[in-house]
Amino acid sequence: MAKRIPIEDSYAASLAVKMANVDVISAYPITPQTHIVERLSEYVSNGELNAEYINVESEHSAMSACLGASAVGARCFTATAGQGLALMHEVLFIAAGNRLPIVMTVANRSLSPNISIWGDQSDMMASKDCGWIQIYCEDAQEIFDIILCAYKNAEDDRVLLPVAVNFDGFYATHVIESMVVTSQEEVDDFLPPRKIPSFALHPDHPTSWGAVGFPAIQTEIKKQLEDALRNSKSIMNEVWNQYGRITGRYYDIFEPYKTEDAEVVLLLMGSSCGTARIAIDRLREKGVKAGVLKLRLFRPFPDKELRSFLKDYRVVAVVEKDFSAGGLGGHLFSEVRTSLYNLKQKPKVLGFIAGLGGRDIRIDEFESVAKKALNIVNGKEKMERDFMFLQVRE
Amino acid sequence: MTEQYFKSIKELPTESWFVHGERSCQGCGEALATKIIMKAIGPSTIVVSATGCLEIISSPYPYTSWAVPWAHFLFENAAASASGIETGLRVLMRKGRLPKKKINVTVFAGDGGTVDIGLQSLSGALERGHDFLYVCLDNEAYMNTGIQRSSSTPYAAWTTTSAVGKVIRGKPQWKKDIVSIVDAHRVPYIATACPTYPLDLANKAKRGVEVEGPAYLHVFCPCPPGWRYPSEKSILVGRLGVETGIFPLYEIEDGELGLTVNVPQRKHVREYLKIQGRFTHLNEEEIAKIQKRVDEESEKLGLGPRVKS
Amino acid sequence: MGEECKLKDKPTIKELPIASIIMTPATSRFYKTGDWRSFRPEIDKNKCIRCGLCWVYCPADAIIRTEEGDYEIDLDYCKGCGVCPEECPTKAITMVEEAEV
Repeated sequence: MAKRIPIEDSYAASLAVKMANVDVISAYPITPQTHIVERLSEYVSNGELNAEYINVESEHSAMSACLGASAVGARCFTATAGQGLALMHEVLFIAAGNRLPIVMTVANRSLSPNISIWGDQSDMMASKDCGWIQIYCEDAQEIFDIILCAYKNAEDDRVLLPVAVNFDGFYATHVIESMVVTSQEEVDDFLPPRKIPSFALHPDHPTSWGAVGFPAIQTEIKKQLEDALRNSKSIMNEVWNQYGRITGRYYDIFEPYKTEDAEVVLLLMGSSCGTARIAIDRLREKGVKAGVLKLRLFRPFPDKELRSFLKDYRVVAVVEKDFSAGGLGGHLFSEVRTSLYNLKQKPKVLGFIAGLGGRDIRIDEFESVAKKALNIVNGKEKMERDFMFLQVRE
Repeated sequence: MTEQYFKSIKELPTESWFVHGERSCQGCGEALATKIIMKAIGPSTIVVSATGCLEIISSPYPYTSWAVPWAHFLFENAAASASGIETGLRVLMRKGRLPKKKINVTVFAGDGGTVDIGLQSLSGALERGHDFLYVCLDNEAYMNTGIQRSSSTPYAAWTTTSAVGKVIRGKPQWKKDIVSIVDAHRVPYIATACPTYPLDLANKAKRGVEVEGPAYLHVFCPCPPGWRYPSEKSILVGRLGVETGIFPLYEIEDGELGLTVNVPQRKHVREYLKIQGRFTHLNEEEIAKIQKRVDEESEKLGLGPRVKS
Repeated sequence: MGEECKLKDKPTIKELPIASIIMTPATSRFYKTGDWRSFRPEIDKNKCIRCGLCWVYCPADAIIRTEEGDYEIDLDYCKGCGVCPEECPTKAITMVEEAEV
């Protein structure tokens, strides 16, 4: 029987991991994910969760321990943020390339310098090419549900890829929200224990992992991973549909809000979607037809779905909490723009970088973005290179 | 002290679990040590290799020399990955998803992957007390990338990154004492070994997997191209390393140290140094320095006195 | 043992196993390192005392211990390193230069 509880977002993540009956947890602390692993330690120490808890000595080892445990067939979990994700960067590629269905939560945190414990999306974006499935969540309910779905998706024979469940540090870790908890019976039914692959590391069937990738085979090796990642999207949809049938909560690649007749669409990932929706409501009161498209799936990038959805809009304003230094603005902005490039008829795509290092993006700032976007597409304003940094005190 | 699992060469199994056809150099000390260790510990084993000579020569896709399950992930995380394997097996057996069976978890890493880049990962695994055997195959440099200096390279040795010239003559620092570092973790079993003494090596490897908790085996692996000697001398070089006291063979079980190969009268270090090209530049002063250090260390260990040179 | 070697060093993407995991153990036995050598060892059975030192010391695992307890060089894998004659206590092994092919 499902019940509604108040819960801190971090603890919603821990609860999902517990209910997923993970086998191995690899834990290293870093603000602002630490609450997640702390609660898991309590569960394990109390005997509420029958799992092994490895207190590793760095994030690099946190992911490395997951490699080993996953390779023998265990269901694994780890959590990190910011510098921790940066430190495990090389290991992320190994996890994906070795097709290990690890699930990791990333409490998105700003990358140093300077040292910042506060939330932005630069950490995952700096490692976005590692081959992991990447999903961005907004609140406790989503975090809880997506983690459960992530295991089911990851462990599907047709996928076998690790999943990074992202959510904004502090905004979506240290706030207390209301959430419906799926019942344990429903979870057990939806997510049985992980099937140990026939090629897992075990003396009964010796296999060799991580051989030398000569020039003769590296192309095929990389392409094989790319194909697996692209193909995983359809299974993700299957899993989300199945979960929706059980719980009534359906998840999709993206979620529109008041976009039907919108002239300007704000495109975002993560918790600031909540603020953006309030801005949309206020704009509409003032007669501005604006909408929000919340993107959930970042990898594999759903360019086809975005093309199909966005093609008839006048202007899309991508607002994100990251940017590529010396590049072409935010990562999400670049990819949305490129997705639409070949369309004969397409919206103007503009990029806005805000919220870096945990600086709040206010409702009125979202309103300004929407208005500015309309001004630009109406020829009343110009924006060099089609992207800009908001909030900079010059 | 050493538990005598194997009392004669004939008792070592004919079967190999590190199989021929691997691409090591002629006379490779690492390949020999691995062959012996795998015969000693047997097929109920999962091996993790760090990046290095052994890993590369044993896994040129689609060929693998491993008759046991084997994984190579990265350079510095073999011990952390092995921690995950050991933990995963334990919990899966506890939950009944795998049949209960003793499966040895064994790491093979080089000196670079242990004493330098892998030190953190090793320390973490030892501190947590995982039940595994860590084998450091020490050929005293980053050999796979072409003979570069590691902190396990001995004093004054030539390597490509501790070049011998007019200003600096080889490596200025002494070899890092990794065994003491491991010992500081208070693990149940530590041993040094050399393939020149195959039964000693086999018994120590077997002991390492039989002991519950972390076991560390440091193996002296002569390397013909890296140490600059002809390949047929690999066994001799190992022997001289032991007989001069440069690489003493002992084990530490539950904190108690015991020599396993006694050297009643140590040869002068010159015997060991002169047959290796990496030491040909040594002058008398440098050799004397090395001898003095070996004398001090040997006395602490209880090795025999040195023969008068 | 004895099966055909179907190893593909240039697999198509369909033939490449998942994560390029080598699914069969010990496939290096299909790679004959014997063609590396310039000199090969020959054991004089009259001098051999069957101590087994050559067998244990061979870094290439290229010496066979037969069921009868004899020792033979496995020329498919012997790299000609020269360790076995060096260590043989009765000097029963000599290195013979391989003829020009």
